[in-house]
Amino acid sequence: MDYERIKEKLNILADAAKYDVSCASSGSKRTNKNNRLGNSSGMGICHTYTEDGRCVSLLKILLTNHCIFDCAYCVTRKSNDIKRAAFKVQEVVDLTIAFYRRNYIEGLFLSSGIFKNADATMERLVEVAKKLREEENFNGYIHLKSIPGASDELMREAGLYADRLSVNIEIPTEKGLKLLAPDKNREDFLKPMRKVKNEIIQYKSEKKLIKSTPIYAPAGQSTQMIIGASNETDAEIMYTSAYFYKKFQMKRVYYSGYIPISHDHRLPAIGTEVPMLRENRLYQTDWLLRFYGFDIREILNKEHPNLESDIDPKLSWALRNLDQFPVDINRAEKRLLARIPGVGMKSVQKIIQARRYRKLNWENLKAIGIAMNRAKFFMVCDSREFESKDRTAAQLKSLILSQSSSKFSKAHSTQLNLFSSIETPIAV
Amino acid sequence: MRKILVYDGSFDGFLTAIFDVYDEKLTDVTIQPKHRSTQNFFDTSSEVVTDEKKAHRVWEGISKACSKTGKTNIYRAFLSELDGIEDTLFHFIKRSLAERVDVAKDYGDAEILKISKVVKMVGREKHRMDAFVRFRQTKDGLYFATVSPDFNVLPLLIKHFKSRYADQQWIIYDLKRDYGIYYNLQEVTTIVLENSDAFRSNSKNGSFFTEEEMVFESLWKNYFKSTNIVSRKNTKLHLQHVPKRYWKYLSEKSPV
Repeated sequence: MDYERIKEKLNILADAAKYDVSCASSGSKRTNKNNRLGNSSGMGICHTYTEDGRCVSLLKILLTNHCIFDCAYCVTRKSNDIKRAAFKVQEVVDLTIAFYRRNYIEGLFLSSGIFKNADATMERLVEVAKKLREEENFNGYIHLKSIPGASDELMREAGLYADRLSVNIEIPTEKGLKLLAPDKNREDFLKPMRKVKNEIIQYKSEKKLIKSTPIYAPAGQSTQMIIGASNETDAEIMYTSAYFYKKFQMKRVYYSGYIPISHDHRLPAIGTEVPMLRENRLYQTDWLLRFYGFDIREILNKEHPNLESDIDPKLSWALRNLDQFPVDINRAEKRLLARIPGVGMKSVQKIIQARRYRKLNWENLKAIGIAMNRAKFFMVCDSREFESKDRTAAQLKSLILSQSSSKFSKAHSTQLNLFSSIETPIAV
Repeated sequence: MRKILVYDGSFDGFLTAIFDVYDEKLTDVTIQPKHRSTQNFFDTSSEVVTDEKKAHRVWEGISKACSKTGKTNIYRAFLSELDGIEDTLFHFIKRSLAERVDVAKDYGDAEILKISKVVKMVGREKHRMDAFVRFRQTKDGLYFATVSPDFNVLPLLIKHFKSRYADQQWIIYDLKRDYGIYYNLQEVTTIVLENSDAFRSNSKNGSFFTEEEMVFESLWKNYFKSTNIVSRKNTKLHLQHVPKRYWKYLSEKSPV
């Protein structure tokens, strides 16, 4: 191996791949049989974290950053004047194995710019995964990007080697896509997604009958949307997201605040801050949908097309629905406990277990770890003391805000301060 | 008068101490390991002689009274080596044996909530080791890593590393407690190195490791740099996930 050349390629192709947020390595079930190399048995591991605080679990690279498309939001777009490089299949295989054996990574996340056409690109990605599985006996995690427009046969083969497949729809609305990526249409994204979904269902049902059926993309599919590149509302983003969870049985939808990389007038200018607070609120909403039993229509709708930035979406919902409170911690069913602001699912679980032994009071609840500053206004427990004063939603909100400090408080103040330098880091 | 039972620090020793408490019908008692024992003027102390048979009997009793989680919790919390953890565990064991129901989830009991928190801390440290172990290949083909975890988590690592790196020989060595685990392609055994001091400094130890090793380390460092998004820099979050005390074992965080 020519290490200097590999190093250069790695720098270019890791740099180009970093805008893909997903680094999940969980949810698979590949065990290590016959003393071979590796496993990925459900629990993901972050082997390190970048200086921006993101998990590094996989070797995340592009096979090449040569691309025939010219999507405005993408750093690899054809018209962008950047250094181009391409890995050979064997180079990716060797690098993955060497990193894996040293416990640097959980596996490989391979994506690519589209050279020649969709199928030629997808074929090369599948070739890497196949070599890892069949020649190196590798049982670690493999995440392959499904190339928009790739054929059904290739997608079927890809799922046999990969743990997860993903297509990034990138722009939440169709009109946005038309504006920023005129050569792409939404159907190209949906086609491989639909194929993978159907294969997953089919392999699962066959496996029930015939045990030797191979596993197909055991960690499922995911997708990603760029936030803040095309003037979409939070409702538009989250309704799209809910649609993908429902229709395509996505394991995850990722939200990626747009990082300005181009002087294109259709996009936010270079130097515009990455909308990290908005991204955070969207993830909170995503969690409410997936784990807390909320319906998207309760949180975002015609009257409320955007999330509030100064309070979390659950608190925001609660303030609009004060008639549903207070909730009695010692009696309420799980579904209602999960709706109390400041009480997470872990605490809900603990409360349900602990209240079998005794009635819980404020002290118990504090020790269990619920966020009292918010929760206390929405609940009663085994105590005569409780917040009995009837307050309006606006009063409650200002009371809660005055008693807490947000890690994003700086972001709020820079929004007011027009003349502050652009370089100010927003979350410290 | 309070009585101190001093045991040798092993899990069997701790269980033997519990046997002695019941055997001698002690009421005002505290259990301490030898290396952390504190005694004042009013205490009397006696040494526990570790006895596998007694330990086994206590463990059997606990097994009957506790759920599986309760049992794992006892072992994991014990590995924390925190001051006073023995007495907290004894409180839990005493309640389990007396009440004959599973009390592991009675989080209204402060001591039991404490156990669940300590178990979480130990679990987190174990998970960190799963992540932060960095193997380097020695000239004789062995993959070698040093760690110094906050808690004694090496016994909890065996299963994961054995089933993942089944086709390579490896050693994970705890420099703080001066012992390691070694997988020889068949089984995992405990070892103590005579020259473990040689690995203590973060020197590259050119004499032990292959030349290729330096190359992969530098490729990994390069990757770590390239995958960072500068405009999203968030040092607080970074440090929360990778506290500084672990940096000495992470090649991507070393300055050279």
